[in-house]
Amino acid sequence: MSDKQFFFPRQVVESGGNRWDWALLPLVLALLMLLAYGASQMARPYQVGEVLPLTLDPRYLPYYLLRTTLRMFLALGASLLFACAFAALAAKVRAAERVLVPLLDILQSIPILGFLSITVTGFIALFPGNLFGVECAAIFAIFTSQAWNMAFSLYQSLRTVPGELHEAARVFQLSGWQRFWRLELPFAMPSLLWNMMMSMSGGWFFVVASEAISVSNQNIKLPGVGSYIALAIEARDLGAIAWAIAGMLVGIVLYDQLFFRPLLAWADKFRFEEGSNEATPDSWLLTWVRRTERLRAIGLALVRLLERSFAVFRLHHDGTSIRARPAPANPMVSRVWDAAIAAAVLFAAWRLTVFIHAEVGWAEVLHVVVLALYTLIRVLVLIALAALVWVPIGIWIGMNPVWAGRLQAVAQFLAAFPANLMFPVAVVFIVRWKLNPDIWLSPLMVLGTQWYLLFNVIAGASTVPTELRYAAHNLGLTGWLKWKRYLLPAVFPSFVTGAITASGGSWNASIVAEYVTWGDTTLEAKGLGSYIAHMTAVGDFPRIALGIGVMCVFVMALNHFVWRRLYRLAEDRMHF
Amino acid sequence: MSPAIIELKGVVKSFKSADGHARTVLEDVDFRLAEGEIVSLLGQSGSGKSTLLRIMAGLIGVDAGDVRYRDQPLYAPARGVGMVFQSFALFPWLTVQQNVELGLEARGIAPAERERRAEAAIKLIGLAGFEGALPRELSGGMRQRVGIARALVVEPEVLLMDEAFSALDVLTGERLRDDILELWSRREMPTKAILIVSHNIEEAVLMADRVLVFASDPGRVRFQLSVRLPRPRDPDSPEVRELIDEVYALMTAGAARVTGRAAEEPVRRSIAERLPEADISRMEGLLERLAGEPFDGRADLPKLAEDTELTDDELLPLAQALSLLQLARIADGDLHLAPLGRRYVEGDHTLRQELFGQQLLSHVPLAAHIRHSLEQEPSGALPEEPFLQLLSESLAAEHAERVLRTAIEWGRYGEVYEYDYNTGVIHLPEGEANGVKDEEADS
Repeated sequence: MSDKQFFFPRQVVESGGNRWDWALLPLVLALLMLLAYGASQMARPYQVGEVLPLTLDPRYLPYYLLRTTLRMFLALGASLLFACAFAALAAKVRAAERVLVPLLDILQSIPILGFLSITVTGFIALFPGNLFGVECAAIFAIFTSQAWNMAFSLYQSLRTVPGELHEAARVFQLSGWQRFWRLELPFAMPSLLWNMMMSMSGGWFFVVASEAISVSNQNIKLPGVGSYIALAIEARDLGAIAWAIAGMLVGIVLYDQLFFRPLLAWADKFRFEEGSNEATPDSWLLTWVRRTERLRAIGLALVRLLERSFAVFRLHHDGTSIRARPAPANPMVSRVWDAAIAAAVLFAAWRLTVFIHAEVGWAEVLHVVVLALYTLIRVLVLIALAALVWVPIGIWIGMNPVWAGRLQAVAQFLAAFPANLMFPVAVVFIVRWKLNPDIWLSPLMVLGTQWYLLFNVIAGASTVPTELRYAAHNLGLTGWLKWKRYLLPAVFPSFVTGAITASGGSWNASIVAEYVTWGDTTLEAKGLGSYIAHMTAVGDFPRIALGIGVMCVFVMALNHFVWRRLYRLAEDRMHF
Repeated sequence: MSPAIIELKGVVKSFKSADGHARTVLEDVDFRLAEGEIVSLLGQSGSGKSTLLRIMAGLIGVDAGDVRYRDQPLYAPARGVGMVFQSFALFPWLTVQQNVELGLEARGIAPAERERRAEAAIKLIGLAGFEGALPRELSGGMRQRVGIARALVVEPEVLLMDEAFSALDVLTGERLRDDILELWSRREMPTKAILIVSHNIEEAVLMADRVLVFASDPGRVRFQLSVRLPRPRDPDSPEVRELIDEVYALMTAGAARVTGRAAEEPVRRSIAERLPEADISRMEGLLERLAGEPFDGRADLPKLAEDTELTDDELLPLAQALSLLQLARIADGDLHLAPLGRRYVEGDHTLRQELFGQQLLSHVPLAAHIRHSLEQEPSGALPEEPFLQLLSESLAAEHAERVLRTAIEWGRYGEVYEYDYNTGVIHLPEGEANGVKDEEADS
């Protein structure tokens, strides 16, 4: 009697994947479907003047959330490409570096709103009759709030690749392409990811401004959470605001769990310094994906594709070939380049002078500088106040290891949460109690940025060496002496790091925080932020440019004269 | 004569320091690495030996002179050169296998072939079973094995080793060194020549066919020594000990010469002379050891190194500093306790500091100059910058900085002057200030 054997067709047997594949399949399919749906909605036919349907019905909120998130991720992708191109160019071509780095420094301190009104017409003209033009403008606006710090971090990382690794790459004949993927990008990965997360939070902050676009006296409100909030503010609907906050929370949790956490956990292997006892981040999704067969195979195939490109873009000659001979440096070329840069700067300065003289007048400049001083005072006072509150709390939390881990995550989350959603509540209070907006609007500026202080101080306090703690305890340090000699110096470096971020964020936030509307009530605090916001509302381009220019100068001066010095002081003297 | 693989003729290399002056690191260096030999470069830190190695690797270009690899001019790293780094220079995000495959991948070799060759190299160096590990999971010695496998897998003609064992503990370093020598003598590696940059004299003598001793400021070959003993060499055999003694004597010859002559005719020392970077408590420890049993005032340097468990580049600056301050004397690779050194050891803390300060002022011109300048100031204080500037006119910026650090540390100990880290101001000790008493913010 013969065994009756039953054979499955080959495709069925081998296409199986394992149970993890099957469990993950619905999630993958749902994501793909949502992406496709969102994308198709973005490229609808559209004429300027057409009113896009928008409702405060919370049932539409998931859809708006999808649209907004899609925009943010597109912008993030664009920022990533920009960062790679920028960093590669600036780190490898000296002539480019001398222009690009200062340029980025300036771009970094230009508030996002400034870009919107300039670019939107161009984008609409690029895709006539299609909504995608307006979408592009919104994406570009988000891009401008995300790209700079990513580009800067990548550039910094490329510049600080350890010398011996670089030499190893050269000795073992890696080409530029191979070096980028094998050495430079992996080395830069942790800080790049960190900056991507920061960028994402930064993007949320301006989501209202980027989705409600005004062009040629038209108000275009793209479907999204930002427009939803704008509509809720116009309609004075606190309930809708609450819904928006809830929706945003869900959105932040979702992309944190589905996107950043897995990435962070994966990127842990790129950590360069060893022996740091930071807990390795873990992600359920990454563990899951790593257990699948099919998805992993797809991932590995992509990696292999990249590796195959290494064989194509490789060095075909070694150091004994005439092609490896470095071109002799030509002093003429660099001199001409210097002259060109100097000429361009002079020309720009001249144009600026003429422009200010003709369009706004010097009195206005003086007025704006005074306004900027108001905002400067606000930023400094508020950061000092926030420090008074959060430094002791942060130290206390950081010294209690049980709490440190958990609360640090909470603080990071709070930093990611767009504080401007709370503004309407503040307006209601100020109007109710008839408070002075010049003073009471100010705290809104640090509402979102104070968390950087908190979680940096927590991080700093939790890394104080145990021996030092014992020593302080043993010496019986108490009271003010304990703070002066032990605790404050111990957290100073991380405090400065936090304060730099908080200060930059507060300047940017001043545009939103000094000029708050709630229905037809508009509260205004005297300052540079409200000036820019006001001029944007009116559409006075020269004055927007002036305001932004002055803000740039202030932010850069503050960075240069205060923060960078403190940072150097901290690096020099107060580290373990 | 065996054919040369790398040949350098009249190589000059200078680096531009921060203030724009060019410092000569290598001056007119000729060197020839021939097939079938192992060569060691010895010298103090900053003598340019690492620069020379990097020039041969094609990593650094030269200002003048001729660099040839197999008779071809060398502009960038050649394919036939493998290199092992002091810090291992492994890519921490790649596994052992991927790290070893790196050079093959860069050459566009197919994955299967790559895997085969990498596995062979990993096995050769004794790491089989660790292919999938990340470097951070491995100990230092194993990491350096990966570094060596990575260099060997590309079948280099020349293996350059830049202080490859100095980041490892003594035992691990010796094991690895013996393993390499074994591979070399059994011709199991394709390598035709090895160049080792080292600061460990014993290591150099045990491994090399030729030992080159480098002089600093600017770097040049001071002396060459052929070692014709068969390998493996026994570090305790009289021949090897004799050679090690000879190298010690050669390396300390400069310092010995100067102090030797100092008795008869005073040598005019330069203010911008490079001071040996010696830590004071170590100097005292060494002096005490020298005065005590079993040395009794006279010690063979290699023995002293063994006894104190100091490496050569830690011990030599100490010996030089002692000889500079005339607390001890170096002669023929031996360290002799000077009468003043005896008094120093026997004295109490106050006497020691006094002696130290006195010797510092009379034998270290920089310290004397600082003190002299301070005494002329009404406030008795001066910023460090002018001194730094003076030094950097004839020393590279980093060396200038280090020389001043050393002078400051010594001066502080000898109570010749004090230094405020926060403000970067050097001032006369408190109570000695000429005019207004200095305010001490943090004390």
